[in-house]
Amino acid sequence: MGIAVAVHNLTKHYGDITAVDNISFEVNHGGIFGFLGPNGAGKTTTIRILTGIIKPDEGKATIMGHDIEKEPLQAKQVMGIVPEMSNAYIDLSAWDNLMLIGELYGVPKKLRIERAKRLLEKFSLYDRRDQLVRGFSKGMKQRLILCMALINEPSILFLDEPTSGLDVESAKLMREMITELNDGGITVFLTTHNMEEANKLCDRIAIINHGRIAAIDTPENLRMKSSSLQSIEASFDYMVNMDDLAKISCIKQAEKMGDKIKFYTSDPNEALHCVMNYARLHNLRIITLNTLAPSLEDVFLKLTQTKHEG
Amino acid sequence: MLPSLSIFWEQLERSFAICKKDIRIYYSKGPVVVFGLIFPLFLFLAFTIGRNVTAKELFPGLLGMAVFFTATSVGPAILPWETRSKTLERLVCSPVSTWAIFFGDIFASFIFGMLISLVPLVVALVIGVEITNLLVLGISMILATFCFASLSVLLSVYPPTDIPATVMMLSSLIKFPLVFISGVFVPVEQLPEWAKIAASLSPLTYFTDLAGYAVNGVSYYSVPVDLAVLAAFTLVFLIGSVKLHERFLPQRFS
Repeated sequence: MGIAVAVHNLTKHYGDITAVDNISFEVNHGGIFGFLGPNGAGKTTTIRILTGIIKPDEGKATIMGHDIEKEPLQAKQVMGIVPEMSNAYIDLSAWDNLMLIGELYGVPKKLRIERAKRLLEKFSLYDRRDQLVRGFSKGMKQRLILCMALINEPSILFLDEPTSGLDVESAKLMREMITELNDGGITVFLTTHNMEEANKLCDRIAIINHGRIAAIDTPENLRMKSSSLQSIEASFDYMVNMDDLAKISCIKQAEKMGDKIKFYTSDPNEALHCVMNYARLHNLRIITLNTLAPSLEDVFLKLTQTKHEG
Repeated sequence: MLPSLSIFWEQLERSFAICKKDIRIYYSKGPVVVFGLIFPLFLFLAFTIGRNVTAKELFPGLLGMAVFFTATSVGPAILPWETRSKTLERLVCSPVSTWAIFFGDIFASFIFGMLISLVPLVVALVIGVEITNLLVLGISMILATFCFASLSVLLSVYPPTDIPATVMMLSSLIKFPLVFISGVFVPVEQLPEWAKIAASLSPLTYFTDLAGYAVNGVSYYSVPVDLAVLAAFTLVFLIGSVKLHERFLPQRFS
């Protein structure tokens, strides 16, 4: 398996702020790579460097073997880009936007007409092809942007928060398309805030925080490495005193989540016994009791040191 | 074909795609066309009504104003507009060189300037203004329109803002003084010495002088000097706009 994206010691400063701080990682050819991080962590700066919009202060990035600074045209030629905010020309029709992007990528006229027709049909926009993008909904704009990103048949697709702000149906369609494109051989580089999305879509994930890579691995390995985040979840027939629960010896932390209580522990087996003992002693009936592996969200919050709320 | 030449042509083709886009989005709007036609005419009339001058004498100044104002009318606002709508990011991350992006904008200004400037030229011919040297007029119109189109893109270099009004206001501060010192309203030979020096600093002076030569057969500077200086201004504006935009472009994305 080859390397689609190679990043070495990439650094970018904005004045006194270090947006990206000496990061290095690789993205395998044919994979879906998730790039996660809280707001302001450096995700968009990294994606902007990789797509040639801004230059790094230090370090090097190659896309499909092309150095983005030394061979920008070759590197950009093999990319498709779906930015967080739609950047189609709203005063042009969907069709004209596709023709323009096709021309910018040097796609021959006959081929770009064929591809534009096929893509617009696939993304249910063909009937609206002559309508100005100004009148499109956010979901339609996002689908058009994906069409524009695919008109050059890229080897790698960069998606910056592709489902942000979309309704449930459009987001689902977008995720299905990403999977389908990846199945067709396109490498996907994805930034998202949606942990469930990252967990389902990505085969490797990097978590960036304060401009640095906090962790990089498969979603499953990231979850398994965080044994301290294992938990059990229980609900009782009566409200319980959270202060009492916090005193149970084998429980690290108890957290109320709706009508359930989540107990963080390094030993779920012992914690189960403790909780059952607690229920017996206090004449409580256990309604549900489950052991939980740490979710990607738990891992993310731990690594980015964001405090739990509630 | 040599690889570098083939890449150059490929990039030039992509420039034309940007040019077509600019014309469709920014130039082919009724108000823009009307403004391009009416504004130089009214400004010119404001300075000539009541003075006893013939159409032949009026022609160089009117043509100069038409070429100058139409070729610089929309160019300065394109980049702030595209910065704001994030479409500039789309262009920058596509496989198009920075120079090709700005060439596209310059070509669009050039085509718009040429087409609109043909109107006063045709009107002048219809009302009986005799052009004695059409070749000089044609070459100078092409050169001057390209020069002013390059200037229009140069005018949006700084500040690297996403507010079109800011750029338009600042560009007016440069465009209007240039018109007043360029022998449009008063021929250069009738200007005082200090004004002649000031006039020599404006590219519009040389075009107005050439337009005067095309109808009257006389010019203040010689035709080769006019053409050479106009070409030099064109090169300076062209290279300056590309280089300075390359320099300030990152600030538009920060």
